Amino acid sequence: MEFKTFVFYFLSAILVVAGLRVITSRNPVHAALFLVLAFFTASGIWMLLQAEFLAIALVLIYVGAVMVLFLFVVMMLDINLDRLREGFWSYLPLGSIIALLMVAEMVLVLGGNYHGLLETDVPQTGADHSNVQAVGRLLFTHYVYPFELASVILLVGIVAAVALTQRERRQSKAVSPSQQVFVKAKDRYRVLQMPAEKKD
Amino acid sequence: MVDALQGFLQGLFGSVFPLVWTLLKIVLIIAPLLLAVAYLTFWERKIIGWMQVRIGPNRVGPWGLIQPIADGLKLLLKEVVIPTGCDKSVFLIAPMFAFAPALAAWAVIPFNDTLVLANVNASLLYIMSITSIGVYGIILSGWASNSKYAFLGGMRSAAQMISYEVAMGLALVVVLMVSNSLNLGDIVRGQGQGYFADKGLGFLSWNWLPLLPMFVVYLVSIVAETNRAPFDLAEGESEIVGFHVEYSGMAFAVFFLAEYANMILVSTLTSILFLGGWLSPVGFLPDGILWLLLKVSAVLFVFLWVRATFPRYRYDQVMRLGWKVFIPLCLIWLVVVGCWMMSPLNIWK
Repeated sequence: MEFKTFVFYFLSAILVVAGLRVITSRNPVHAALFLVLAFFTASGIWMLLQAEFLAIALVLIYVGAVMVLFLFVVMMLDINLDRLREGFWSYLPLGSIIALLMVAEMVLVLGGNYHGLLETDVPQTGADHSNVQAVGRLLFTHYVYPFELASVILLVGIVAAVALTQRERRQSKAVSPSQQVFVKAKDRYRVLQMPAEKKD
Repeated sequence: MVDALQGFLQGLFGSVFPLVWTLLKIVLIIAPLLLAVAYLTFWERKIIGWMQVRIGPNRVGPWGLIQPIADGLKLLLKEVVIPTGCDKSVFLIAPMFAFAPALAAWAVIPFNDTLVLANVNASLLYIMSITSIGVYGIILSGWASNSKYAFLGGMRSAAQMISYEVAMGLALVVVLMVSNSLNLGDIVRGQGQGYFADKGLGFLSWNWLPLLPMFVVYLVSIVAETNRAPFDLAEGESEIVGFHVEYSGMAFAVFFLAEYANMILVSTLTSILFLGGWLSPVGFLPDGILWLLLKVSAVLFVFLWVRATFPRYRYDQVMRLGWKVFIPLCLIWLVVVGCWMMSPLNIWK
């Protein structure tokens, strides 16, 4: 077996186990951690495909930022596991139909090579080829409008999140740090000059 | 000599030679790094001592030089207390999460023109993504300790690190815009050209001068990113407890080592991105790894200097500085540099 194939199967095994543990582990924090492992392993597999920009971006964005905030929320929530599991059997038929559909779709897409869907092979490039440059050039020339649209949609998301948190008036009393840092000593106190009293 | 050794090892190990050779190089990077981490703690105590008109550690060995080894041995021999009700596996994995990224990032650091373990194209991206994993150590240790104080401390420092990562990332974007490369070696080589470099005044051609606002933002952000004073809200010795209150012995020591290893890493990055890496500041002196070590030491000294000088920031002030000052400043400077590069005054051709 070629070394690359071995690495692929090794990573895939970890990825499958981690994916299964995401849905089977009892503790939601553990589930989130297994999802982190799954992302990290997936980035390794992408690295095998020479998609180093995507692989690193996956770790940077999903592992480094999204999952951290996810963990924040999961840790803060008071999750009652028994209530979460309550409707498991009644939802099972619907869930399994969706799962089967997803499996069928993935077989069609991922088996594209086998069914002859792929028109060209994945291009193999040398180590000196910069993936980042290629992606950047395409994003800012050929796909500039979709790219800008995606950024505007993300911007709307940011504005919406800020607007949601600011909807109600703030009840708690707090001093604005931006006002505080501009305070000068002379705003707060005066130095008075008192003439010394004369001795009789 | 290196060739002779290479040939000898090739004969000894045969087909697994590349693996052995790489492992050897990793050891050659990690071992001095760990030694540097140990002596950075000593240096810090000495410098803070001198700044406060004290002597600092001077009892163990000549001039106190064996102090860090004595401290390490003490921590090694202490018991690792695992609190009741904590999540044991996560509790023990958390310090590894904190320490491992600080070591893994060294894979792509160039020490001079040719001396680099892995010369990859996207090395800056790699460093950004690897160092962003370090925050897991903090957030997981806070949660797994099963203690309110540790949890709040973990949340606090994780939020701080994520906030300053944004400003740091934007500063790095400006650097890679002007260097037109993500390769750390190319970024350094790009700083060796320009009007002043041709006149023999190389240090004026480095990125710190044309990108001065970004240099300042980066320098402050790395202090916040490594949770060091005056932004040491993770653990302010006298007034605030942090994410590792429940840790003891070697488990605590790993967090401690991670903090110092991160300091050395970000200082090296500052030297490479803004201070010209291994390049010599003046034309008549040769380039070399010594310059890099000198610059790293200078940035590390700034860390210690700042710690001994400034009072601690309050948490809301830290967050304000990150989100309301640094990020807008970076965004504006990004546009300014973009316009500058498109104008006829472009100096980065």
